[in-house]
This record gives sequence, C-alpha cells and structure tokens, in this order.
Amino acid sequence: MSFLSSPTGFLTSKIKDALGWARKYSIFQYPFVTACCGMEYMSTAASHYDVDRFGAGFPRFSPRQSDVLFVVGTISHKMAPVLKTIHDQMCEPKWVVAFGVCTCTGGFYDNYATVMGIDTIIPVDIYIPGCPPRPENVIDGLMKLQEKIQKGEQSRTLYDPRTKTGRPAELQQGYSIEQHIKHIESAS
Amino acid sequence: MEAHAFRGDETLVIRPGALLAVAKFLKETPELDFNVLMDLTAVDYLFFAGGRVQKEFRFEVVYHFYSLKHNHRLRLKVPVDEKDPEVDTLNDLWPSANWYEREVWDMFGIQFKGHPNLKRILMYEEFQGHALRKDYPFNKRQPLIGPQN
Repeated sequence: MSFLSSPTGFLTSKIKDALGWARKYSIFQYPFVTACCGMEYMSTAASHYDVDRFGAGFPRFSPRQSDVLFVVGTISHKMAPVLKTIHDQMCEPKWVVAFGVCTCTGGFYDNYATVMGIDTIIPVDIYIPGCPPRPENVIDGLMKLQEKIQKGEQSRTLYDPRTKTGRPAELQQGYSIEQHIKHIESAS
Repeated sequence: MEAHAFRGDETLVIRPGALLAVAKFLKETPELDFNVLMDLTAVDYLFFAGGRVQKEFRFEVVYHFYSLKHNHRLRLKVPVDEKDPEVDTLNDLWPSANWYEREVWDMFGIQFKGHPNLKRILMYEEFQGHALRKDYPFNKRQPLIGPQN
C-alpha cells in the first residue's frame, strides 16, 4: 500500500513497499535500440504518448546509471555478447524489457544470424510482443513492469529451448518451419 | 562466352581468366568509361530451379557497372567452379570493390586473388562456413553465447 493514500498522514507501510513505490516512478531506462522497433520506441517516448507520465522519461546511455534495460529490436548472434556485457554492467536492482517480438522469441526470423529470444541470454521481466508494438501496448507493458517493481519482483531465470521452460506459455506457440512447409504444400 | 540483353539490360558472361583484362577495358576505353561499380554479388546455382537445371559451374559472380558520363550500364557475370572458387580482385580498378568482395567471401566463400584485406565483414570471425551457400542449413546457428538452439 502507498503511504500517500494513508488518511492519517502517518507512514505505516513496510520499507520494502516504500522502496518499490519510489523505484517504480523513477525508472532510469537504458534503450538498447538495434532495429525498426526503435521508431515505435521513440514515438512512445516523445510528447504525444509521453512515458514521462510513468516516471520513465529519462533515458540514461550508461548501463551503470540505469535500472531498466529496454532491448528494442532484433538481436543477432554477433550482437549477443555486447548485450550480455551491458546487462552485466547494470547495477542491482535491474529489470529487462523485451520490446518487440524479435526480442521475445526471434519473431519471424529463423536463420543463421538471429538470437531466438533474448531470454536465452539474459533474464526478461516483461515481454512486449508486436511487430512493432503500438505505443499503447508499450505503455501497458510499462505499467505491468511498474507493478512488478512495486512488488519487488525480478526475473532470474533464462529460457531453456530444450525443456521449453522460462518463457510465458503465450510466447511458446511459435510458427515452426515444419508448419510453414506443410502450409505451402497444402496450398499448392 | 555469352552475351545477351533482356529489356535493355546488357549482360556479358566471361571466363574468370579474362576478368581483369575486360574490366580494365571497360573502365579505360573512353566510349565505355564505366567509372562506377554499382554492385558486386554472387549467385549459388546448386539447387537452381529446384535442381532441374544443372549448370557446369556452381557459382556466378555478378558485377554491375555504370557510366556517369554516358549514362549506360553493363552487367558482367563470371562463372566460378566449386572446387577452386577464386576470381581476381577488382579492388585496384574500383576501390568500392573492397567491401563487396569481402561480403561475397563472407557469404559464399569465393576467394578474390590479390585482395588486400579479405576477411569476414558481416559475420563474426568464429563463424564456420558461408551462410548464403545453398548447402548451408538455413536455420543452423552458431551462437557465440547462449544455448545451441
């Protein structure tokens, strides 16, 4: 519960709740922008949709000063070690947002170059699918992240492609290449 | 070897040994004056037309030239064998060939004889094989970090 809503004006909350409240409205984000999702990210960050209403209007371009990593756009295998280093450099507590379907699962890419979801490399707290996601979608994800920060929760697990654990069930229902070939063959 | 025109695009197919001489001729003859190398790429004909068309060579390196002065274009094709995929570099005539040839080496594994810095340009050094060859499994991944998926 928030101490501002207390009718007596006394602080009767737990220190954890107060910290969560403070953290969720002062998100210092690190935008790791690699691809076309960056346009939608900029649109969300600019005055029309205005992420500053949620306290996230202050992007830091140093991982040491930020606490939410926004991974915006496709991550290639060449880029993957860089992303991992950036994540390692961030101070605790830290959260990761996968922005766009490429970062969530690899999206429509199934080739030699693309990482099939950044959750195979770094733990992801919030998945925002979409190609690219609309700003409303992003803001919805941001509010879900705020709830998570308020509760003091952080994701610590990676996705394991062999056991298929560590990723939301909604994102597991991918469109496999076998399905695609079957689809083409049935159409022709 | 062959010359044809399709919808106004002239194409020459030449032997690999003649490449340097032809390229020099195209660049330095005043009536031709091809001063721009627009593009340099390659084609892998391994499973061309679903394997129905068998060519006696596997690769073809394709050059696109353009003349700013005369406003005309030419496409040059050089068939390359699978066993010894190598052609001469055009880096000395058109410096823009440098990165194009590195890309073709990276993606198709075609060597360019005399190239000053023939190393991978898009993929990382640890990458094994050449990704745009038709016998490279299209979804085979070689992650630097993370699980082998």
